[in-house]
Amino acid sequence: MVTTATPLEAELLDIAGSVPDPELPVLTLQELGVVRAVHVRGTDTVEVELTPTYTGCPAIEAMSLDIERALHAHGMREVTVRTVLRPAWSTDDITPEGRRKLREFGIAPPRVREPSGPVALTLGRTRTLETTTGDPGPDPVLCPHCGSADTELLSRFSSTACKALRRCLACREPFDHFKEL
Amino acid sequence: MTAAQTTVPTTAALALGDDALVLSHRLGEWAGHAPVLEEEVALANIALDLLGQARVLLSMAGDEDELAYLREERAFRNLQLVEQPNGDFAHTIARQLYFSTYQHLLYAELAAGDGPFAPLAAKAVKEVAYHRDHAEQWTLRLGDGTDESHERMRRAADALWRFTGEMFRPVDGLDVDPAGMEAAWLESVEDVLRRATLPLPEGPRAGGWTAGAGRQGLHTESFGRMLAEMQHLHRSHPGATW
Repeated sequence: MVTTATPLEAELLDIAGSVPDPELPVLTLQELGVVRAVHVRGTDTVEVELTPTYTGCPAIEAMSLDIERALHAHGMREVTVRTVLRPAWSTDDITPEGRRKLREFGIAPPRVREPSGPVALTLGRTRTLETTTGDPGPDPVLCPHCGSADTELLSRFSSTACKALRRCLACREPFDHFKEL
Repeated sequence: MTAAQTTVPTTAALALGDDALVLSHRLGEWAGHAPVLEEEVALANIALDLLGQARVLLSMAGDEDELAYLREERAFRNLQLVEQPNGDFAHTIARQLYFSTYQHLLYAELAAGDGPFAPLAAKAVKEVAYHRDHAEQWTLRLGDGTDESHERMRRAADALWRFTGEMFRPVDGLDVDPAGMEAAWLESVEDVLRRATLPLPEGPRAGGWTAGAGRQGLHTESFGRMLAEMQHLHRSHPGATW
């Protein structure tokens, strides 16, 4: 995502990217893949391109303020954070390090995928079950607590728009899954 | 209108933005009332996605807050479908199935183009895919469930059917193929209803006995009350913050 950036821009991009995500503070914005670029417009004027995970993600304002604060502290007088939608953010933009941290935090990381869209599922009598028929589909979602592949979907939507709620059938613990987008 | 403004298709931005805003508000009305906690969270998450889309779209047409909170009923350009009251859970699911199937087709087509809506559409189409999937799974579960759930889902699918023709009337500034979208919509919805063991509604979707002048600013009775609630705080306390 980095176009020919100057050394200063690369340095400022690192600083903006090191800001923790306001809702998942174990991740940095760089690991989440939402800081797209930093453009230096003058000696102490800078513009940051930030992309939301979901269009309605309410964390985007907190992210912008935190980035502004971090760059002000680095001597930038005027910081503008611009929201860009294109290209659309994907969970594939989360770095391998970000995935590892999510797992450690108790959230199953998104599976890497090429086509976007929801995973095909069918509903069981009392809860949501995934089928193994039809498309081979992506890998199973592993329990972040015990590592078991024997997990089931409880709800497509969880505490935030980016997560689904699942349960491990081996250790019986419920957990959040950062769902593929 | 200046030359710069003519490049923004305001009519289309208002139409799509109002659809998202109004449906978002309707879904938000389920907070505290949904049948189970997971559904409460799901409907609120879908509402939040739609609200995010509405903010981008309305900002293309003007000031988002002024447009949302200070317009009169007749100035809203949303489909009559999205303003319909939540009804029972089956009615909400039928509304979700009809609208999210339409919105998914619409955004997919806009995302494939290079128009002013393409960046938002490319992002939103991925979110709406989850909304559509959610509605489909519930339609299957309710339709192919108990006698009671089947009957309620059938009634809901029937009741909202006459609002679905409006989605495929051309909108000024929207570069899509309504007829092609309608054919794809019918195929998709018919497939879901059939798998849910539900009969295809028999009523007309266009013509004299159907609804659908929301895009011209004509709305159904309950919409005014919804707006009164949605706009009350802002109108009573202009500029209030917390």
